[in-house]
Amino acid sequence: MFLLTLVCRNAFRHRLRTLLTVSGLAIAVLAYGLLQTVVDAWYAGAAAASSTRLVTRSSISLTFFLPVSYENRIRSVEGVKHVARSNWFGGIYQEPKNFFPQFAVSDNYLNLYPEFILPEDQRIAYVRDRKGCLVGRQLADQFGFKVGDVLPLRGAVYPGRWEFVIRGIFDGSDSTKFTKQMLFHWDYLNETLRRTTPRRADGVGIFVVGIDNPDNAAAASVNIDQVFRNSLAETLTETEQAFQLGFVAMSDQIIAAIQIVSYVVILIIMAVMANTMAMSARERTAEYATLKTLGFGPAFIALLIFAESMFICALGGGVGMLLTSPAAAGFKQAAGGIFPIFAVSRETITMQLACAAAVGIAAAVVPAIRAARVRIVDGLRAIT
Amino acid sequence: MSAPRVETRVEPRVEPRAEPRAEPLVEIHNLAKSYVRGEQIVPVLSDITLDIQEGDFTALMGPSGSGKTTLLNLVAGIDKPDCGTLRVGGLDITTLTESQLADWRASNVGFIFQFYNLMPVLTAYENVELPLMLTGLGRSERRERVEMTLSVVGLADRMKHYPNELSGGQQQRVAIARAVITDPRLIVADEPTGDLDRSSAADILAMMQRLNTELGKTIIMVTHDGQSARAAKAIIHLEKGEIIGNVEPASA
Repeated sequence: MFLLTLVCRNAFRHRLRTLLTVSGLAIAVLAYGLLQTVVDAWYAGAAAASSTRLVTRSSISLTFFLPVSYENRIRSVEGVKHVARSNWFGGIYQEPKNFFPQFAVSDNYLNLYPEFILPEDQRIAYVRDRKGCLVGRQLADQFGFKVGDVLPLRGAVYPGRWEFVIRGIFDGSDSTKFTKQMLFHWDYLNETLRRTTPRRADGVGIFVVGIDNPDNAAAASVNIDQVFRNSLAETLTETEQAFQLGFVAMSDQIIAAIQIVSYVVILIIMAVMANTMAMSARERTAEYATLKTLGFGPAFIALLIFAESMFICALGGGVGMLLTSPAAAGFKQAAGGIFPIFAVSRETITMQLACAAAVGIAAAVVPAIRAARVRIVDGLRAIT
Repeated sequence: MSAPRVETRVEPRVEPRAEPRAEPLVEIHNLAKSYVRGEQIVPVLSDITLDIQEGDFTALMGPSGSGKTTLLNLVAGIDKPDCGTLRVGGLDITTLTESQLADWRASNVGFIFQFYNLMPVLTAYENVELPLMLTGLGRSERRERVEMTLSVVGLADRMKHYPNELSGGQQQRVAIARAVITDPRLIVADEPTGDLDRSSAADILAMMQRLNTELGKTIIMVTHDGQSARAAKAIIHLEKGEIIGNVEPASA
């Protein structure tokens, strides 16, 4: 109790200095949390990937299509339960800043994604309407879409004006599921292409393959690719997670830079905090010497400095951690659709806590050692 | 020309006792201390031999740099001599480790400093309570002692005041209360009136005399003020690290 009293009062002796240090810490911990959340958001798709889903695409590039006839041949591979088609549509809703992913998918697509929950009556309505589409809850909430609304898109990959009728709104099984997307009938796209640009018809961007056992993922991938070896359109099959990470890898240098910046922020505040503690300890040299004179040992002096440093870091870190979630929500809002899943993870909060503690300890080491070692007679002579 | 070095065995009682003399509280034999400044070794004290009896009130006088504060620090166990023996209460404190010295100081020595050296973030009550934190006393027992001691020094109504809310004289009285709270045998005071006006200084000296005469505390006080030194029972003069002449009674 005595130690705590002394620590608290010492911490607020120079209120402005402490306030500025606490603010700096709070901002640093907040910045660290937000930057780490950005990195997490980048990996969110891969993290949410299912281990029982594979993705088969052209071995050359994603921009090359596979023949629709591959579907049945993939289905015949041992271990494969479901095969669904998916084409990236890339349409623009009103203006480019309203970006959200749109996929032309086969009707069995949602069977592979049990994490998307769609009411049965809406599913039936969707299946019955060739121009029908499904939108995720996050997307519907963002633009105020309702079932029955017409959703017009300006095609970028597939030029022209496209109109869809929203027949259902699907939810994610939990908040981490990405539902800011739109799905519509692959057949509708294909039939339109047959009319407008026949050479682009019957092409599939990716096949999503459902397998019976995650342990068979590697074997099933090899077997699928084996089927199409030496064909005109060889395939590359990989797990959904590897497929998603492939996208992340395209921007891994940016992610690395973000991570480095997040740690640099912590290092900077560590230096600021160390300076604060060094100044405080230096100003109190005579007091520490007096305490030693009265019989308090060097360990008590060191503890006093460590406790004060940890106290200030706990305040700053605590404020920073408390602000992270609201700031993340604001950031998500401001970023529009760039980060559909932007939630502060438990790991990030733990790391914020660890960073604050590390700053507290590191900042106190040198002042504590110096104060503990100072000779009483030298300390008593110190100018305060 | 330097003053002749005199090996002095101090018998600093102004009024001789009728009964046989007890073993001195402080026994110093051939004590020397020097400091290293850069590549130079600067002798501060050399060949000091001195006895101080229990119940004495001794003033150490001398010009700046004469070694009086160094001698006080050695006797109080906050510095270590280069050579010689230094026994306090029969214990050779030169043989103690830092940790043992800290424990010894906590229970045997009370300190009064020129600039009070109170903790600015603690109230008068808490400052006085500070040394008791190192004892096994319970909260209520500590409270009783602190309140009583602060009453003795006339600060019962200032317990909750912080040092910056007290005058210099009041701060020094808090420091005196802190020095005696653990009931030490020895009280060392380094220029206790050096930062006070004449009236406050007189109060502090009167209080120290009371500690000596009424409570029997042995006090060693460093001062370069002759008037302050007269509050003591005996005066020891130091110059260039040596004791000059014989110990003189303060009334002389």
